[in-house]
Amino acid sequence: MFSFEGFIDLPLIWYALIGTAIFLYVLLDGFDLGLGILFPFAPSEKCQDRMMGSIAPFWDGNETWLVMGGGGLFAAFPLAYAILMPAFYIPVILMLLGLILRGVSFEFRFKAHDRSKKRWGYVFHLGSLVATLTQGMMLGAFVQGISVTGRTFSGGPFDWLNAFSVMTGVALVAGYALLGAAWLIMKTEDVTQQWARKCTGYLFWHVALFMGLVSLCMPIMDTRIRELWFNPLNFIYLSIMPVSCMVMFWMLWKDLRNKNEYRPFFLIQGIFLMNYIGIGVSTWPWLVPYRVTFRHAAAAPESQSLLLIGAVIMLPVVLAYTGYCYWIFRGKSSHETSY
Amino acid sequence: MTLHLDPALLARLQFAFTISFHILFPAFTIGLASWLAVVEWRWLKTGDETYRDVYRMWVKIFAVTFGMGVVSGIVLSYQFGTNWSVFADKAGNIIGPLLGFEVLTAFFLEASFLGIMLFGWNRVSPKMHFSATVIVASGTLVSAFWILSANSWMQTPQGFFIGDDGLYYPLNWLAIIFNSSFPYRMIHMVTAAYLTTAFAVSGVGAFYLYRKKFTNQAKVMFGMAMLMAVFVAPLQLLFGDLHGLNTFKEQPVKVAAMEGLWETQEGAPLVLFGWPDEERETTRFAVEIPKVSSLILTHHLDGEVRGLKEWPKDRRPPVAPVFWSFRIMVGVGMMMILTGVIALFLYWKKRLFDSPWFHRWCMLMTPAGFIAVLSGWFVTEIGRQPYIVFNSLLTSESISPVAGIHISLSLIAFIIIYGLVFGAGIYYIFRLVQKGPVPETETPYGGHGIEAPPLVSDVVTAKGEDHV
Repeated sequence: MFSFEGFIDLPLIWYALIGTAIFLYVLLDGFDLGLGILFPFAPSEKCQDRMMGSIAPFWDGNETWLVMGGGGLFAAFPLAYAILMPAFYIPVILMLLGLILRGVSFEFRFKAHDRSKKRWGYVFHLGSLVATLTQGMMLGAFVQGISVTGRTFSGGPFDWLNAFSVMTGVALVAGYALLGAAWLIMKTEDVTQQWARKCTGYLFWHVALFMGLVSLCMPIMDTRIRELWFNPLNFIYLSIMPVSCMVMFWMLWKDLRNKNEYRPFFLIQGIFLMNYIGIGVSTWPWLVPYRVTFRHAAAAPESQSLLLIGAVIMLPVVLAYTGYCYWIFRGKSSHETSY
Repeated sequence: MTLHLDPALLARLQFAFTISFHILFPAFTIGLASWLAVVEWRWLKTGDETYRDVYRMWVKIFAVTFGMGVVSGIVLSYQFGTNWSVFADKAGNIIGPLLGFEVLTAFFLEASFLGIMLFGWNRVSPKMHFSATVIVASGTLVSAFWILSANSWMQTPQGFFIGDDGLYYPLNWLAIIFNSSFPYRMIHMVTAAYLTTAFAVSGVGAFYLYRKKFTNQAKVMFGMAMLMAVFVAPLQLLFGDLHGLNTFKEQPVKVAAMEGLWETQEGAPLVLFGWPDEERETTRFAVEIPKVSSLILTHHLDGEVRGLKEWPKDRRPPVAPVFWSFRIMVGVGMMMILTGVIALFLYWKKRLFDSPWFHRWCMLMTPAGFIAVLSGWFVTEIGRQPYIVFNSLLTSESISPVAGIHISLSLIAFIIIYGLVFGAGIYYIFRLVQKGPVPETETPYGGHGIEAPPLVSDVVTAKGEDHV
């Protein structure tokens, strides 16, 4: 049996890989979920068709990163997976149901007429909203810590539900919607684009407000996070994140007034990245916060090694053909639903 | 009757429900993707527009089915944790990488190239589009490879040891991946998927022939499907038999339940029908053929077949569902073989496309593959009980620390949502079938390579109308 344990830090590599997979999920499915959140507010049905068309070739691939995150966590850190899933039982199920509903609405809406077309549009919205809200709430509950006894979750079924997690849920709704709007600015024209611009202007302030609130709450709620961030030495290094965030917000604000089409989307992704790293730093090295570290949760070195071979070979290939698909469907969205 | 919420039973019910629902889609899409690749290849080769029409009709059905398969599959990848967290913790070292490989090698491949397959007509060359179809088809097969490897390991676990901490550790990956029942399960399942598609396609083709609509396209569908039935249905009987022999060796208790045999005996009879009664430990009203069971399983008239009584009561699978599902699967398989034989006879008489009674029969056989796949799945999965990892880890000891009420509420939610989704899916597939392979007016590939994106919004409405 082979294992790379002696040469490289397997758990650390896997921590980074899964972190990346989840972040890619947030970026990619984030914009199409956000588009679903904005969906019913679009000015016309033609706009909605265009919106759907702009993500129809991609959503399947985007969602696969969620399977990668879940499957990867199971494979590389089974203990964390076995604790987190029961802890988030209700939100995970709700998220899955939401994803099912929105996933099938793509296919069904293309094939439906009039009233039922409208109905599948609402189902698409509802599914996207529920999936986003529960993802945000799980994130909020995650940073607050999980009760564990031995190797199992020992908290209550509603531990994930509190004021802070509701706020992070709403915050993520605003965040994804902003991503979705920026995607639309990039991928559409005319009426749809103008409307998306309006949405961005409006959501901009919400996202800024929520990010401020969350950044304020986390150190207040948890002494560990406070000590980490406000330790004088760390403070200098870590301030890179909030500072670059603010710079990107400022650039975004200017772009929205200059009618820049491409940069806003990537700026928002940059802002998301900084926030994600911020959360990563705050919860390091916990995989189940304050109970199980990523080292403790790691699968057997043989298991991590085997899957690493697969990941090293396949991930570049996956990224390459994901990129290829985005390239094929580059340009503004027309009525791509004609297959 | 009191309502008691036994979490283990509910978790099993929930998993059984979600996986039974899910398996219908891969069973269909595995075969459909391969078939679409063949159809597109025929079209590129012959330039015959009939193939294109057939492709473009079935790719829409593929899209609906694939969408439902993807979303119901995501549920499963999380359910190991929500409902079976102890199993996930204990067997994670082994099952985890197998499922991880499925995502890395197959899931991404299918999901990414599906976009090109569905929407890429005007954006890539015909060759590239064909490649996308082939890639999606291979993706479905690779996906089946890893999922069945994981499932087979749970049936015939090998290549591992259990550590002092009670966790499973890998010893030999090749032994784990290619465990003893895997080759049989893989070939049996893929063949089943091909047959499922064949009978679904033949049902639709038969419907058009019967109604005398889209005759040219219907002949392609019906002819190709019957070709599959003629050659593959009898082969499936052989594969099933080989799989059965492996099960007899590895999981004799499952075979005893399949056969409804309680006493160990030499020259065991084949129970055709009967009522397995677990309380009295006998199969009542049994219609038997003497010695045939021994003949099938041991290839000797007097070979010994172990009966259920050899195992303690709490180590036996539920007998009746296994016994009945097995008979349904075999029965449907026999009907498939019969259909193939009739088709061959009609072809010889030059009446294959001209026998309304046979087309009606084939319309009735449309869901045959789905029924066979589901009942086969029941045989193998229920037959593994009471273990989650056969002879090693009990199902009842593998469940998550979640209260029964939550599992039952989420089960109800799954049933409602799946019912809605499935109902709508079936409805839209029926509508696509009703509409039929309407020849499309514009050239599907447009110019080769990549075009400038269309600019005018009016094009959208004009084009939109004839595609809705």
